[in-house]
Amino acid sequence: MKNFHALGLGTLTALGLAAMSILPAAAEWKPTKPVEFIVPAGTGGGADQMARTLQGIIAKHELMPTQLIVINKSGGAGGEGFLDVKNSKANPHKIVITLSNLFTTPLATGIPFNWKDMTPVAMLALDEFVLWVNAQDPYKTAQEYEAAIKAAPDGTFKMGGTGSKQEDQIITVAIEKALGKKMTYIPYKGGGEVAVQLVGGHVNSTVNNPIEAVSQWRGDKVRPLCVFDQKQLPYTDKILGDLSWSSIPTCKSAGLDVEYLMLRGIFMPPGVSDEQVAYFVDLFKKVRETPEWQQLMKDGAFNQTFMAGAEFKDWLTKAETTHKGLMQEAGFIAAAN
Amino acid sequence: MFDNFVNLWHGFAVAGDPFNILLMVVGILLGVIIGVLPGLGGANGVAILLPLTFSMSPTSAIILLSCIYWGALFGGAITSVLFNIPGEPWSVATTFDGHPMARQGKAGEALTAAFTSSFVGAFVAILMITLVAPLVAAFALRFGPAEKFAVYFLAFCSFVGMSKEPPAKTIVSMMIGFALAAVGLDMVTGQLRLTFGSEELLNGFDFLIAVIGLFGIGEILLTMEEGLEFRGKSAKIDAKVVLRTWASLPRYWATSIRSCIIGCWMGITPAGATPASFMAYGIAKRVSKNGKNFGNGEIEGVVAPETAAHAAGTSALLPMLALGVPGSPTAAVLLGGLLIWGLQPGPMLFVEQKDFVWGLIASMYLGNVVGLIVVLTTVPLFAAILRIPFSIIAPVILVICAIGAYTVNNNVFDVVMMLVFGVLGYVLKKTNYPLAPLVLAIVLGDSAEEAFRQSLLSSGGSIGIFWSNPLVSTIMGLGLVAALYPMISNLLSRLRSPQPA
Repeated sequence: MKNFHALGLGTLTALGLAAMSILPAAAEWKPTKPVEFIVPAGTGGGADQMARTLQGIIAKHELMPTQLIVINKSGGAGGEGFLDVKNSKANPHKIVITLSNLFTTPLATGIPFNWKDMTPVAMLALDEFVLWVNAQDPYKTAQEYEAAIKAAPDGTFKMGGTGSKQEDQIITVAIEKALGKKMTYIPYKGGGEVAVQLVGGHVNSTVNNPIEAVSQWRGDKVRPLCVFDQKQLPYTDKILGDLSWSSIPTCKSAGLDVEYLMLRGIFMPPGVSDEQVAYFVDLFKKVRETPEWQQLMKDGAFNQTFMAGAEFKDWLTKAETTHKGLMQEAGFIAAAN
Repeated sequence: MFDNFVNLWHGFAVAGDPFNILLMVVGILLGVIIGVLPGLGGANGVAILLPLTFSMSPTSAIILLSCIYWGALFGGAITSVLFNIPGEPWSVATTFDGHPMARQGKAGEALTAAFTSSFVGAFVAILMITLVAPLVAAFALRFGPAEKFAVYFLAFCSFVGMSKEPPAKTIVSMMIGFALAAVGLDMVTGQLRLTFGSEELLNGFDFLIAVIGLFGIGEILLTMEEGLEFRGKSAKIDAKVVLRTWASLPRYWATSIRSCIIGCWMGITPAGATPASFMAYGIAKRVSKNGKNFGNGEIEGVVAPETAAHAAGTSALLPMLALGVPGSPTAAVLLGGLLIWGLQPGPMLFVEQKDFVWGLIASMYLGNVVGLIVVLTTVPLFAAILRIPFSIIAPVILVICAIGAYTVNNNVFDVVMMLVFGVLGYVLKKTNYPLAPLVLAIVLGDSAEEAFRQSLLSSGGSIGIFWSNPLVSTIMGLGLVAALYPMISNLLSRLRSPQPA
């Protein structure tokens, strides 16, 4: 068995060497050793799933001369992973995928980092949020659910979400503001667990990402009420009966004026060269054209906005201000800030 | 029900393909190696190899990956028995009696018992998956935070007063564990606790670092103090040891059945293999007539935790397939794999992807049979390691421990932490504080606290939620009985003793 393994490694090395010797001498920058792909979240969550899909796509289509290795560094709400990248100055063999904790973790915990401490590479997509209830509950529309929350005393309705003082709780606070009623927010470790707690009837609603709850929807265990975006989702593949992602109304149209999208973007350590950034921008452009990536986008009903360079930086600056405002309103800012 | 058997038969046809059988052997061997190296757990192994499988069919790929998982479950027992270093969290309880057996020169017996019980546990769990998968999935849904806390409560309670040391020492040791588990991010408020501004402590104390240090390094320090004498070198290498041990195992049928039930239950709920192994050991110690001898190399003390751990590890795959919720970290990585192959775990998987699901279930049967054969043939080989002089093996163990500690988070600080835990382990052992409750508290402390606070959040602060339905009340009740058992039995024997004999 060991021989088999060694043989595989040998072949890989040989291929790598061959690939390098074909290159013209003055070629642009390429990775020369395995690239670490930091996931600032635990295994099995949305960011981790996307990172592992990327790893698979890049390996399968041989888009990179060296390997991409996914490493989870979830400590301190992702702070561990971001600090690692921040402290790996000018190391081009390290990239990191972001969640909203890029903005929320430093604000909520005071862990010293900011997106400006890293080099932005590209926005891969934006993740949507949907309001879900248990399929056995009587609420067929967002309006009915809102009316039920308004009619009950404060804290009667329980909202399950991922983590504390992160995106799910920010949305919950925004809903509370819009309705003028308090809900009880219960934090769980991961999106999949949240979805199952909803199916089991331990919480009344969730704001799961589409990909976290789609399988429960297909099994007719949960029901989507509205999507927290400006416009309805474009995906028309049937999921349950005649329903598709595109049949979910926006929350705004249902009288719940809350909008939230989560960044799925790539960053590099500070101090890397423009050439090195350009390599990864180009790499992810190629990834976006593969059928596997298209499938992931469809399954997870992602918003497929792609950005890089100055445009991406502008977006980040704005998103940071928005998060600061939201966190301040919700009272989530750590004393140290 | 009949449909299930037809599907399963079809599944065997898929899994029995020669290429798939080859993958099983490869997977089990890799898994055993991964299980032996502390730190490089099954989750890491599966994650590293995941990309290699994208060129295969989903069924072949999941067979390879799940066999790595079985292999790691088997392999975790090896270092526990030989060196008192648990390769995986769920093999901590195996060290309690497995290592004393090795010291008495019975390493072969201990390994055979461990592997065989693993197989039995897994086999029962697969049978359960085959027969009652939909029912079980529905049962798992009833576990909210309160029920989960009740399960953890039961695991802790079955430990207090169980050890040879006075209950007060057990509780002290457990409290140290809870304090260490509290370091890092507080999940419920999103705030950092007890990190004192240190970036290294953001992630808290990893269980594996603690175990490698407490057990591995602590053990080496103790052995060095005893003059580098490595007891157990008298281990006889004898191929017949397997058969001899097998002949003695049927005696422990009651323990096996009990451990299977505990394991399946823990795997589904999803509390996982680690509490299952501890609980099974604790209860076996209570109930067995050899209970007093547990901890001194009682073979039943190996059978109980290994059976439960493997039953739990296997049944943990059920909630993953049926609900999309992984019951263990390794299952979480496998779940990621399923998504990449375009398979959406969840209620519809059993309906829409029959070939895949039953192919996987059939491969569990075959994989475990293959696994048992592979690991049993290695028993004499591994037992022979103990014949190497300690002065040679000790540095090797140290290096493996250091590599293991580093691998967990790719962090040099963890290696230093491991040494600190080593000294702590040595001191605790010299002062007769039991290590197991400390380890249990580090592993489960965080999850237990989280479940407790989630329950209180949803009940608005009322403790009544832990008695709010028959399921949770029963588990809490069992926990209280387990905790107070020493007192009760004491009382009973006092009531009896006044009568003149």
